[in-house]
Amino acid sequence: MTSTAIVAQRVRSTTLAQRHPRLLMGSLGVLAVLLSFYSLSVGATDVSMADVLKAIVGDTTDQAAQIVVQFQLPRVLLAWLVGIALAISGGVMQGVIRNPLAAPDVVGVTKGAGFAGMLLLLAIPGIPVAAVVPAAFVGGLVAAALVYLLAYRRGATPIRIALVGIAVSAAFEAGIRFLLVRNPLDVSAALIWLTGSLFGRSMSSVLEILPWVAVLVPLIIVWARKLDVLGLGDDLAAGLGEPVERTRRTLLLFAVALAAAAVAVSGTIGFIGLIAPHMARRVFGGRHLALLPAAGLFGVLLMLFADMLGRGIAPPLEIPAGLITAVVGGPYFLYLLVKTGR
Amino acid sequence: MRLQAQGVQLAYDQRVVAQDLTLTIPDGKVSVLIGPNGSGKSTALRALARLLPPAKGSVILDGKSIQDTPTKEVARLLAILPQVLVAPESISVEDLVWFGRHPHRTSLKTPSTADKEAVEWAMQVTSTAELRHQHVDQLSGGQRQRVWIALCLAQGTDLILLDEPTTYLDVAYQLEVLDLLHQLNQEQGKTVAMVLHDFNMAAEYADHVFVMKSGELVTQGTPEDVFTCDIIRDVFGVESKVVPHPVSGKPMCIPLRAGLRAQLSVATG
Repeated sequence: MTSTAIVAQRVRSTTLAQRHPRLLMGSLGVLAVLLSFYSLSVGATDVSMADVLKAIVGDTTDQAAQIVVQFQLPRVLLAWLVGIALAISGGVMQGVIRNPLAAPDVVGVTKGAGFAGMLLLLAIPGIPVAAVVPAAFVGGLVAAALVYLLAYRRGATPIRIALVGIAVSAAFEAGIRFLLVRNPLDVSAALIWLTGSLFGRSMSSVLEILPWVAVLVPLIIVWARKLDVLGLGDDLAAGLGEPVERTRRTLLLFAVALAAAAVAVSGTIGFIGLIAPHMARRVFGGRHLALLPAAGLFGVLLMLFADMLGRGIAPPLEIPAGLITAVVGGPYFLYLLVKTGR
Repeated sequence: MRLQAQGVQLAYDQRVVAQDLTLTIPDGKVSVLIGPNGSGKSTALRALARLLPPAKGSVILDGKSIQDTPTKEVARLLAILPQVLVAPESISVEDLVWFGRHPHRTSLKTPSTADKEAVEWAMQVTSTAELRHQHVDQLSGGQRQRVWIALCLAQGTDLILLDEPTTYLDVAYQLEVLDLLHQLNQEQGKTVAMVLHDFNMAAEYADHVFVMKSGELVTQGTPEDVFTCDIIRDVFGVESKVVPHPVSGKPMCIPLRAGLRAQLSVATG
């Protein structure tokens, strides 16, 4: 092989981001921040960028600024937290299960969490949404365990996990619909909660998910190298001194908890947890120390886009962000399924 | 002797692979476990590397039960290279070798000088230093196997176990890998224990050979001791003629096809 051929090959297989990771990660962050500012001004009421800036610096005297602080700011903050939670949850799952199709919604966590949260909301009307997080966590865990048990046959192949996950999700979805039909009078709160949207969320939602993200995300990122080691295969990882089963279980628990917290505050917003880690892997490569933060930022960008599109397409009508992500994410999931199946 | 299995019963789920296996890896030597498919040689190696906990008996490393020693501590004493190896997508040689330092590092600390030196040394002795920026998936089979061995060396252990390190490799690459292991044993005093398929390669490179069949240790000793027509027939179920290697003088087993078997029995009468 000539030296130019070697160089050409090397250039092709190192992405720009792998050579300048900080620069690109920084640009993504800046982009997300800019988009957030823009997002503050989009909505049913016309708010100018000047109003947004005024509100940010704390001048909330006029009505427009109040709208920004009361209605727009919580949803932009939620877009960040939910986007990060879902994307990092998916990134961890893909790394731990070594399955490109893994994501909170694919392995049933999202719908399981949704069902459990809904059950609680209907059983105890008026219960604060903060109490929904633990219920959603248990529901998500049960759903994930169910998928794993049903898919397990001397190991669980990616395709089988994905297909069983779809089936289990469908079952929980049916359960959710059943609850809606059986309790037509009590559903309004549950329905608002469930639609997979950032509509009508207040600062209290932000405070409910914040501790989960603030604690779990740093823990996971500190463990990024463990995820890389798990990627070498069970035997080599164990040979390198990693307690494989324990590490895997802990990381999966973290991932389920993150997804459940996201579902508890924003309902079932699909496909972010699947797509964002894929985008991050494409751009930043497979090392989790770069991949996970990048996935988080892509998650934020996707959430902001989905939320803004939902608000901006036909105001004052709100299209739930979960619907937008499903429209974009569904085809991508099918593409992955076909590609993995080959 | 640092590493031994004492009366271990090895099983996957309910299927018992070895009933009562006792063997001691000789220090500072190259040992080879050999036997037909399903003889339990890879299983035995996995047990020695604490990857498979024995159902009965114990594996002893430096006088302590290996299952009772923290796995991270074991990883600083013993390196294992499994048979099936998956490199992360588009990872460079140097980055892959760095994984060998995992048992020496804690999550938040930046790598120490000792870490850097160990990685550098591992790449030097395996002649992979000049490939450091290349991607692992672009390497030849032999180069790639040398990189994996470099990863094990970066662990900085005196004991290195390898499960069929030459399988799926062309003969030139097989020699490349085995020469490297021989050199590591001779120059660095590493204890090497590996599973091999090819008895002639085993005879050529091993100081000590364990011959296994159906989960039992049939015999052990130098290649000259264990590679006889009788043992080959007994263990592998093939007639063969064992002759000295024309250059090295080590035993060479030449399997015989049906027609030749008849000739041999006439000749030896």
